[in-house]
Amino acid sequence: MKALWSALGAGFVFGLGLWVSGLANPKKVLGFLDVTGNWDASLALVMGGAVAVTLAGFRLVSSVKKPIFETNFEIPARIDLDLSLVAGAAIFGIGWGIGGYCPGPALTVFATLSAESLAFVAAMVAGGLLHSALVSQGETP
Amino acid sequence: MHDFTPISALAGGALIGLASVWLLAANGRIAGVSGILHGIFSRSEAQWRAWFVSGLLLAGLAWQAAGGPVPLREGFPSGWIVAAGLLVGFGTRMGGGCTSGHGVCGLGRLSLRSLVAVVTFMAAGMITTYVVRHVLGVAS
Repeated sequence: MKALWSALGAGFVFGLGLWVSGLANPKKVLGFLDVTGNWDASLALVMGGAVAVTLAGFRLVSSVKKPIFETNFEIPARIDLDLSLVAGAAIFGIGWGIGGYCPGPALTVFATLSAESLAFVAAMVAGGLLHSALVSQGETP
Repeated sequence: MHDFTPISALAGGALIGLASVWLLAANGRIAGVSGILHGIFSRSEAQWRAWFVSGLLLAGLAWQAAGGPVPLREGFPSGWIVAAGLLVGFGTRMGGGCTSGHGVCGLGRLSLRSLVAVVTFMAAGMITTYVVRHVLGVAS
């Protein structure tokens, strides 16, 4: 139960970060991706700020044997580069560049029940399930 | 350059990073939102994933309740939104992650796969936004 409350808290803080940073605003996201328009560099700082924290934090976490509320760490082990990594990232990038939503922001904006976020999240879930239906092998997150 | 908000960008980014470090330290799991969402529907460790997504939703409710600005976009064509959602859902599963899993967490653990993914989706996003806005003339 503690692990579940912990996951909820992590999601909550993550979501607040999305709102504070401006990532929950698809116009702002597109303002960053639109490098030929009035470019808004803010999102580079969101990523920079987040990665600065994970670089330092993950290093600290790597020194402990097991997580606080679970018995083991689940960390992706793959190190090879393959076509589905690059093609998948490109397909994701195309969808991101159209709508200005990536999965995290889309989910926290879903709470506003805006027609746009409802349609996007439904389509996003369908896209993921479509991939599962086409590919039977397991995925690394 | 306009609308540049460096302070809130860094502060929000730090919160996202802290949440990711917390999920790893406490739950031993990577905060990759596309994988977390998909896991709920594919019945893979669905429970903690549902709680994490509930946290994301609660953050949206709390932000609104606290009077935070909720910039909603209106009039963006729904066909484009559905196409965008399908591509994001399919692509993140095919590529094994999104802005959080590959970006915030993957770069934080110095994963080469994640670096390649981030460079690829950033480039694809920038090219796509250019084409959709300036070649096809879709207002967004």
